[in-house]
Amino acid sequence: MSRFKHAIVPTLYILFLMLPIYGLVSMSFKTTNEILGGFSFFPSNFTLENYIKIFTDPTWYNGYINSLIYVVINTVISVTVALPAAYAFSRYHFLGDKHLFFWLLTNRMAPPAVFALPFFQLYSAIELFDTHIAVALAHCLFNIPLAVWILEGFMSGVPKELDETAYLDGYSFSKFFLKIFIPTIAAGIGVTAFFCFMYSWVELLLAKTLTSVDAKPIAATMTRTASTSGYELGLLAAAGSLTIIPGAFVIYFVRNYIAKGFALGRV
Amino acid sequence: MAIELKKVSKRVGAETHIYETSLTLEAGQFNILLGTTLSGKTSLMRLMAGLDKPSSGEVWFDGQNVTGIPVQKRSVAMVYQAFINYPNFTVFDNIASPLKVANVQQSEVNDRVRHLADLLKLTPMLKRMPSELSGGQQQRTALARALAKGADLVLLDEPLANLDYKLREELREELPKLFAGTGATVVYATSEPLEALMLGGFTSTLSAGHLIQFGETPFIYRNPSSLESAKVFSEPPINTAAVEKKGALMRLSENISWNVPDALSDAPDGRYTVGIRAYHLQPSGSGVKVSGDVQIAELSGSESIIRMIVEGNHWVSEAHGIHKYDVGTRADFYFDAEKCFYFDSQGRTVFTSRQEG
Repeated sequence: MSRFKHAIVPTLYILFLMLPIYGLVSMSFKTTNEILGGFSFFPSNFTLENYIKIFTDPTWYNGYINSLIYVVINTVISVTVALPAAYAFSRYHFLGDKHLFFWLLTNRMAPPAVFALPFFQLYSAIELFDTHIAVALAHCLFNIPLAVWILEGFMSGVPKELDETAYLDGYSFSKFFLKIFIPTIAAGIGVTAFFCFMYSWVELLLAKTLTSVDAKPIAATMTRTASTSGYELGLLAAAGSLTIIPGAFVIYFVRNYIAKGFALGRV
Repeated sequence: MAIELKKVSKRVGAETHIYETSLTLEAGQFNILLGTTLSGKTSLMRLMAGLDKPSSGEVWFDGQNVTGIPVQKRSVAMVYQAFINYPNFTVFDNIASPLKVANVQQSEVNDRVRHLADLLKLTPMLKRMPSELSGGQQQRTALARALAKGADLVLLDEPLANLDYKLREELREELPKLFAGTGATVVYATSEPLEALMLGGFTSTLSAGHLIQFGETPFIYRNPSSLESAKVFSEPPINTAAVEKKGALMRLSENISWNVPDALSDAPDGRYTVGIRAYHLQPSGSGVKVSGDVQIAELSGSESIIRMIVEGNHWVSEAHGIHKYDVGTRADFYFDAEKCFYFDSQGRTVFTSRQEG
C-alpha cells in the first residue's frame, strides 16, 4: 500500500499544524473551571455559554465590529491609493523611481511601536483619537507600501502593449484603467486586499494605543477579561476561535493566488 | 492615407534608436520594414503610430502634421508580435472594442464583427476568452480587431514571428488579401527576407537605426543600393570578399581571378567588394572556380546548405539537390561573374546583374 505510505507524512504534518487550533476550539467549548482543572482532549461538559456571552454582550461583539470596520476601511484606502501608485512604478520611469520604490518598503522595517507615540499625540491633537478612521489610517503606514509592492508585481506581469492597444483602439486612460486594466489584474487586487486585511486584523499595538472605548478592537477586549475570579479562559478561547474566521473566509477567495502574493506578485 | 516621415529621429538617453529618416508611404500600399533585431523596425513603427514622440522631425498623415497628436485621435491600428488581446473580454468583445469606443450602433457592430470573424475563421470562437484560444487564433483575433477599426494606417510588428510554421504560411498568404480592399496603408515589419519577397509590395531595408533603401520589394532585392542593403535582404547571408580590379581582371586571391564584367570595364582600378548570392554559388557548372574548405553541409528538403571557408571568407552555397560532404574536405564551387554584385570601398553598389533569378 504505497499510497497509504505516501499519506503518512502529510497527515502527521497537518495533525501537528491543527493541534493548537484544535486545542483553542475545544477549550472554547469548556468551562473555565474545567480548563483550570487539568488537561482533557474533549470537553467533558460541552457548553456554548462562552459563545452566547460573546454574541449577546455588546462590549464583546462590538470589539469584532470595531475591528472589522477599521480593517475594511484600511483595506479600501490601501488598495485605492496603491493602484495608481503601483501603475506609475510599473509603467513610467521618473527621477529616483527605484529609490522611492525601495523607500516605501523601509516603512515596514521599523516596528509599529516606534510610531505609536507620535500617532497618539497627533490623533489626540486633531481629535481623531478613539475613532475607526484613526486606526485605519495608522495601519496604512505599513499596508500601503505592501500593497504598492504586490500590485506593482502583478501589473508588471501585464505587457505594456495591452495599454497601447487600448489607446490605439481609442480608450482614454481612465476608461482603459477601469474597464480593462483593473479586471486584468483582478487576482492581484484580491491578493493585495487579503494581505492588507490580514496585517490590519492581527495588528494589536497601534490599534490598542489609538483607541479607548468607541473603537476598541477585539484583541484589546480580549486582554481585559480579568475578573475577580481570575481570567475567564473559556471566554478567551471562544473569542480567539472567532478571530480566525474572517481571515479564513477571506483567504478562501484568493487561495489560488496567495503564493504569488507572498512573492509580491513576482513569479 | 499617405504617411510621411520628415527628417524623423529618435534618441533615448544617450542611444540613438532611429537616425534622421525621411520616408513617404503612399495610401493603400503594402509596405515592409526589413531588418534584423535592433535595426529599428519597431522604433520606426512606434513613431508612425504616435506611441513615441520623435526627438526631431515631423510625422505627416494625409497632408496634416500629426506629430503631437495623441494615438487616441489618430486612425491607426497595430498588431504586435506577442499576442495582445484584452484578457477579460470575449473574442467578440475584443474585436468589437474599437467600434464600441467609437459609439458605433450595436446592430452595425454585430454585423462588422460577424463579417470579420467569418473572414478570419473565428466564428466558432466568438464566445470564448482569449486565454482559451490557440496562438494562431489569438493573433487572428488581434488582426480582426485591427481590421474592425477600419484604420487608415495598419502597423503589423512581426505578427507571425511567434506562430508555428504551418500557421505562419497560412496567415502570410491571407494577410495582403485581408488588407487589399480596405485602402489602408499597411506597414509590416519582418526580419525574414523570404517573407518580404512573398508579401511583395514595397520594402524598406533597415540596419542599426538607418533606413538604407526604399522601393518595390523585387526591385530592392535585385538592386540593393549598398552592401548593407544586400546583406539585410539575403537569406542565407550573401557571400562577400574583398577583390582588386586591375585592368580587365578582377582578383580575389593568387589563384582566383576572373574577367571584369563589361559594364564595369570603365570603372577605375582599385579595391572592391564582390557579393555573390548563396544560390549562385554551386558545386557544379561553369564560371569562376573557387575551392573551399567545407565546414558543415545541411539538407533543407531538396536543397543543401553548404558552409565553407574560401580564402579566409565564410561563404555559403545553397545547392540544388542533395550534396554530402565530410567536414574539412576541400571542394570546388562555381559562380558566374556576371551574376555578382560589386560594391565600392564605401559599400555603394557599382554593379548589379540584370539577370537575377
